[in-house]
Amino acid sequence: MSLSSTDIARIASLARLRLAPDESQRMLGQINGFFELVEQMRSVDTSGVEPLAHPVAAVEDITLRLADDVVSEPNNREANQRSAPAVENGLFLVPKVIE
Amino acid sequence: MSTGPVSTHSEMTAPIHEMGVAALAGALRGGRLSAVEAARHQLDRMRQHQALGAFVAVDEDLTLAQARAADARIAAGDAAPLAGVPIAHKDIFVTAGLPTSAGSRILAGYRSPFDATVVRRLAEAGAVTLGKLSCDEFAMGSANENVAVPALGFDHAVPARNPWQTDRIPGGSSGGSAVAVAARLAAAATGTDTGGSIRQPASFCGVTGIKPTYGRASRYGMVAFASSLDQAGPMARSAEDCALLLSAMCGPDPDRDSTSLDRPAEDFSLRLADSLEGLRIGVPREFLGDGVAPGVRAAVEAALSEYEKLGARRVEITLPLTQLSIPVYYILAAAEASSNLSRFDGVKFGHRASNYADPSSRKSALEQMYESTREEGFGDEVKRRIMIGTYVLSHGYYDAYYLQAQKVRRMIANDFQQAFKHCDLIAGPAAPTVAWKLGAHGDDPVADYLADIFTLPASLAGLPGMSVPAGFDDGMPVGLQLIGDYCAEARLLNAAHRFQEATDWHLRKPAGF
Repeated sequence: MSLSSTDIARIASLARLRLAPDESQRMLGQINGFFELVEQMRSVDTSGVEPLAHPVAAVEDITLRLADDVVSEPNNREANQRSAPAVENGLFLVPKVIE
Repeated sequence: MSTGPVSTHSEMTAPIHEMGVAALAGALRGGRLSAVEAARHQLDRMRQHQALGAFVAVDEDLTLAQARAADARIAAGDAAPLAGVPIAHKDIFVTAGLPTSAGSRILAGYRSPFDATVVRRLAEAGAVTLGKLSCDEFAMGSANENVAVPALGFDHAVPARNPWQTDRIPGGSSGGSAVAVAARLAAAATGTDTGGSIRQPASFCGVTGIKPTYGRASRYGMVAFASSLDQAGPMARSAEDCALLLSAMCGPDPDRDSTSLDRPAEDFSLRLADSLEGLRIGVPREFLGDGVAPGVRAAVEAALSEYEKLGARRVEITLPLTQLSIPVYYILAAAEASSNLSRFDGVKFGHRASNYADPSSRKSALEQMYESTREEGFGDEVKRRIMIGTYVLSHGYYDAYYLQAQKVRRMIANDFQQAFKHCDLIAGPAAPTVAWKLGAHGDDPVADYLADIFTLPASLAGLPGMSVPAGFDDGMPVGLQLIGDYCAEARLLNAAHRFQEATDWHLRKPAGF
């Protein structure tokens, strides 16, 4: 399997990344180089094997905890917005979305 | 204000920077050294060696305020285990008092409103923060070369340098942490390990580092790379020192980390001195094959002989899927990274591109802002992994790549469980070679990926692993990797400590430091 430059453009768009043409070209070669490594993994017979997400679930039941449905966080809006690029009246500003 | 103990440091023989965590903690508690004196000494030393590029953020006033508070605690009789011990944090842990960049332009200048749980726990144990340490961008790298923020004393981004030979990489991604400990800029440092990022730089810089079982240390406030793999751990100059730090770092954090293990905090120092008589050490045949440099193999073999002298027994085992851990890891880690890094959009924090509007584009101004921000903010390796991750999670490819990798991941974890029927812990090299020259892997990311082969299997299985200095090859340190079963950190530290009682590799230091 080999990706094409069209694939790279499609993936970049999905990932919200803009790639300069030379960057795109270099990435194509490098990603195809990586997927050569992956071919061997694809051919492993995994029938009947359950996917493993939390690694310790390999030996014991791990259930993801649920938080109680109560207010637990104080209002830290000012501190939380201190590193935001653009804020006004406690709101995050983004470029105009609706014309 | 603290009055602190009167300094009598001149009575001691070892300079402050030669003292490890246990020695410092003892001297501080015993009033033979003040925390302010220790902090000042380390801050001076850090400036003196800033050409190493280890530190990326420092605030002397903050450090000294913490040190004064530690002196006050000690004077008041509060016996916090790390009171006054100066340490530094990998710049992937968020800190309220210091900026956090995760090595990335996209977070340059970012200030977190809170401390990571690990940072908070160490502060509660009395540790004083010297600053933040250089790392690969979002912890993605094996050489500390993927750094995009300036180190202290530089006006541009530089890789941290290996103090053993400064034209070599320190390893990564916790490269700055390993350099700081090896060059005696800090008694200990925090690191994180997703695919080997504590063990490999520890190996390359000749220090001791441990990654606990996945879920032992809270991930809250660790800038997320691959959430099912990321784990925090300490790096120091001995297993004894690592045990002190790890005891403070670990413990359940159920309200803040959904995958935190429900295991109580543990004192990892209690069993350090246990006998190794009858300990079965499994050596996977895949870990000593042709790909391993002869000098590395010789050091590991010598270490195994040392263990036999200590009463351990060597058992040959097999981890047949070792080679496959590379594609499995790089698929899963990239997939998780592409999801985690979607939060960097130029809206809530960090960098936003200033010029993004292209009138000829069909995309909305908002989409253009996202794309330009991410183009400017992320480095090459991060973009590659986001691309790979986005692809393997996309419709039509998910089963063939992501799900298949998760299945092989379980097979790898099961192989370890098979192996642990025959042995108590597993040993091998931490990496196939010693640290390579800066720039040696050029523009070939796959060369870096291949070098992670021996650390990836334990990461995928979520097992605790450590690297212990075990010799030299070509003048560069070699690390012995020890891997334990789930929650067997105490046993690992015990095995490392007994080895360090019998050898002096961990006491060697780079010339000029």
